[in-house]
This record gives sequence, structure tokens and C-alpha cells, in this order.
Amino acid sequence: MTDFKIQPIITFSSVSKNFGEISALENINISVNHGEFLALIGPSGCGKSTILRLASGLDSPSSGKIDISTDKVGYVFQDATLMPWRTVRKNVGLLAELEKFDKEIIKKKTDDILELVGLEDFADHYPFALSGGMKMRASLARSLVLDPELFLFDEPFGALDLITRGRLNVELLQLYTSKKFTSLFVTHSVEEALFLSSRVIVFSGRPGKIKGEFEVPFKYPRDTKIRYSSEFAELSGEVGKILEDSS
Amino acid sequence: MLRSYINRSVPPILVLLLVVGIHYSITYGVLEPTRRFLLPPPHSIIYEGFFVPKHRDEIFRGLLLTTKVSLIGLGIAYLIGFFTALLMSQAKWIERSLYPWAVFTQTVPILALVPTIGFWFGFDIQARIIVVVIISIFPIVINTLTGLNGASRNLHDLFTLHKASRWTRATKLMIPYALPDMFTGLRTSAGLAIIGSIVGDFFFGRGSPGLGMLLKVYSSRLRTEELLSATFVACLLGVVVFWTFSYLGKRLVGHWSEAWSG
Repeated sequence: MTDFKIQPIITFSSVSKNFGEISALENINISVNHGEFLALIGPSGCGKSTILRLASGLDSPSSGKIDISTDKVGYVFQDATLMPWRTVRKNVGLLAELEKFDKEIIKKKTDDILELVGLEDFADHYPFALSGGMKMRASLARSLVLDPELFLFDEPFGALDLITRGRLNVELLQLYTSKKFTSLFVTHSVEEALFLSSRVIVFSGRPGKIKGEFEVPFKYPRDTKIRYSSEFAELSGEVGKILEDSS
Repeated sequence: MLRSYINRSVPPILVLLLVVGIHYSITYGVLEPTRRFLLPPPHSIIYEGFFVPKHRDEIFRGLLLTTKVSLIGLGIAYLIGFFTALLMSQAKWIERSLYPWAVFTQTVPILALVPTIGFWFGFDIQARIIVVVIISIFPIVINTLTGLNGASRNLHDLFTLHKASRWTRATKLMIPYALPDMFTGLRTSAGLAIIGSIVGDFFFGRGSPGLGMLLKVYSSRLRTEELLSATFVACLLGVVVFWTFSYLGKRLVGHWSEAWSG
């Protein structure tokens, strides 16, 4: 296995969440270790996104407890949520601006990150001129500027075409391998979950409960070819089966 | 470039020619010579309105006054409207408290208010400006409010996560997001402001004459040529103002807003 510090960065203890009469999550216990890449998978409406909102503090649990040991949290949504009136560069610098970083530092960090995600040539473009994949890279870059320790991904590639999605999966893995941030990654795709993560948690439909948990044995840095291995196919079948039973 | 210019300008010009043609055929074909005063031919309208110095100066001064009243009124309506919308966007209960009154400015029959306004504020420029403000404020409030409330929940979440102040959220997220809608409101209101200024003028019927009062005087004296010249000038003013705000919107937000590009 990979060299996680065996010390949780975030722990959910018997967490439930209701919205009015509707129970969205029931008795969730998850512990995420430093540096781990955890994928959350489940049918629509099973409260996966709610877990991220709870983790970030945007919502609070109805019962149970969440312990988090970092305040450097990055959040990436399904749509890129760029500001159309800002250039890519200004968009990428937004969070650093909100954190009141020095202008010079923002510029330096922004330039570095733009280069890292391969958007340096588009820095002065407005978002409407970008493809879906590039928008998503910019959105990722915006959070990367703050060097988050815990990254929350809410189906970030769900709206992209398969080819772009595959490419961004590879890029995200490269970022993860070099930066070693902890990831909580919500997705609908079994393949994406297995390719990216070191552990997969499968949720049932509403109310969301944990149905199963899988260790993903492939070592980082991962080769894209693992997706075509028989081991991958086997694991994918197991996860898929539980997912089907649960929805 | 030239081609698209031609493509865009030729059809409206053809319509204009058609209208002028119909105009002439009514004047000379339909109306008996004794009733021709009802619709004088275009050339005599243009001559009486724009080449007889007395009329030209009258109409020009009226135009200046009407423009001034409209723009001052629109400016005030914009300031009040923008800050009202900003206030409404800050809390649902404020929005609920003010919304019906914003609608009220739109539904109130302005003619019913005119005597009261004249009674309180006299019949000169400030009374007319008040009419303009009442008539033109609604689209500014509603469009700006729609824009201020329109930014996505996720963007708001990012601001929440990074503990942005109310001020930061307003200036970096809500107001920029509202700009395209705000210009839409302004453009609509600009047309209404001119209507308001002419209507106020027309019904107050006292003080220095703007286009509204000229229209009234000309029609009561059966001066059809001047009446139609003044009407034409009023329409032209509306068009110019509309274009100006379209241009401003395009210049200021067209580089990122799809609604205002192209």
C-alpha cells in the first residue's frame, strides 16, 4: 500500500443529515487518512454531495460529529463555476484574492498553476472562449492556488465528454501524485472511481447509507493501462454489482 | 464588414421608403385638397419643422429641455433603483417588503398622479423629473435585482467557504454578475424616461415648453406640420437614447456577456 500517515484528516462519526422530513444521510462513519484518495460512488440523490458540503462546513450535520484537522480545503464543483467577466488568470486568482493574499504573490502563484495545468496560453481569455475541459482545468487551478490539504471533488468531470474526461482523470492523477493532497471524490462512474482512488465507498439510494467499501490495490503513480487489466475489470464488476443492488 | 453593414441597413431603409410612399399617396391620393391639412406631405412637414427658423428653434429648445429632464430623471431613477435592488438582494425579507412597492410604481396610472405632483412640486422641471423617475424606475429595479440574485449557488458557496464579507460578495460577485441585466433595464428605462418627460410636460402644460407641451400647443392650433415634426423629433430622441445604451452595454460587458456580444 501507499505511505499514508495513519492519521485521519477528516472523520465522520455516526453522521446523519435531514432536510426537513427527508433523510439524506443515515449513520455515516468514514475516516479519511492524510494523503488518501477516497472515491464516493452511488446512485443520484444518495447524498454524496451532501457529504462534501458537510465536510467543507457549508452544511452542518443533523446528528453525529465531524472532525477535521485542516482548514486548507479545496472544493471543485460539477460545473466549472468560473466568473464570465474575469479572464482565466483573474478567475484562477479569485480564491487567493478572497484570502487577501498580496497582489505579487497572487500573480506568481497564478502563473505557476496556470503552467501546471497547461493554461498559460489562455490566461487572458474569457471563459466563454474555453472548451469544457479547459474550463474544468481553470476551476481546478483556482483551488490549487491555495495549496489545499483536502480536496473535495463533486463530480467534477461528470459533464464532460468521455475523451476529455479520460484525459482529465490522467491529469488529476499526475497532480495528486506530485502534490499529495487528500481527496474526497464524488462520482457516478465506477471506472473513474477505481482509476483514481485508493479506496472506494459505495452508497445506497436515499437515504444514503454505506453499502460497501473496496481497497483499490494499484500503486501510484498509476499507468493508464491499468484500466485494461483483468484485475481492474474484476474489481469494477464487484463494485458495479453492489451499486446495482443498492439503487 | 461592408457587406454585413449593407445587409443590416438596407431592409429598414426600404421600409422607410415604403412608409414615405404610403404617406404621399394618402396625402395626394386619398385626401381631398380641403382636408389635406390632416396629413401634409413629408416635404412640407420637414420644411415647416426644420427650415422655418421660428419653429426650428422652438422644437430644438423643446428637445433640449425634454432630453435634459429625461436624462436627469433617468440618472436619479438609476441611483435609487440600483440601491433599492442592492438592498433587496441582501435579505429575503427586505425583498418581500419592497417588491410590491416597486410593482406599484409600474402600475400606478401616472396621469392620476400628475395633478398631485404639480400641486406639491410646482409645474417646472423638478415636477417633470419626478414623473420621469416614477415611470422609469421599475425596469431598473427588477432587472438589476434579477442579476444580483442570479449568480450560481456554487460561486456563493466559494465565497462562503473563504469567509468573504457581505461587501466582498456584493462587489466581486453579485454586482459584476448583474451588469448585463442592469444594462437591459437601463435601456428599457431610457425609453420610458423620454415618454415620462413628454407626458409630464404635456399634462402639466405650464413652465418652459418641452416637446410634450409643444405637441399640445401645435395640436390645439391644428399646426399639423409642426406637430408631426415634433413627434418625429421625439421618436428620434427615443431611438438615439436606445442606441446609446445598447452601445454602452456592448462596450462595457459585451466582451464577456453573451447577451451583449455580437
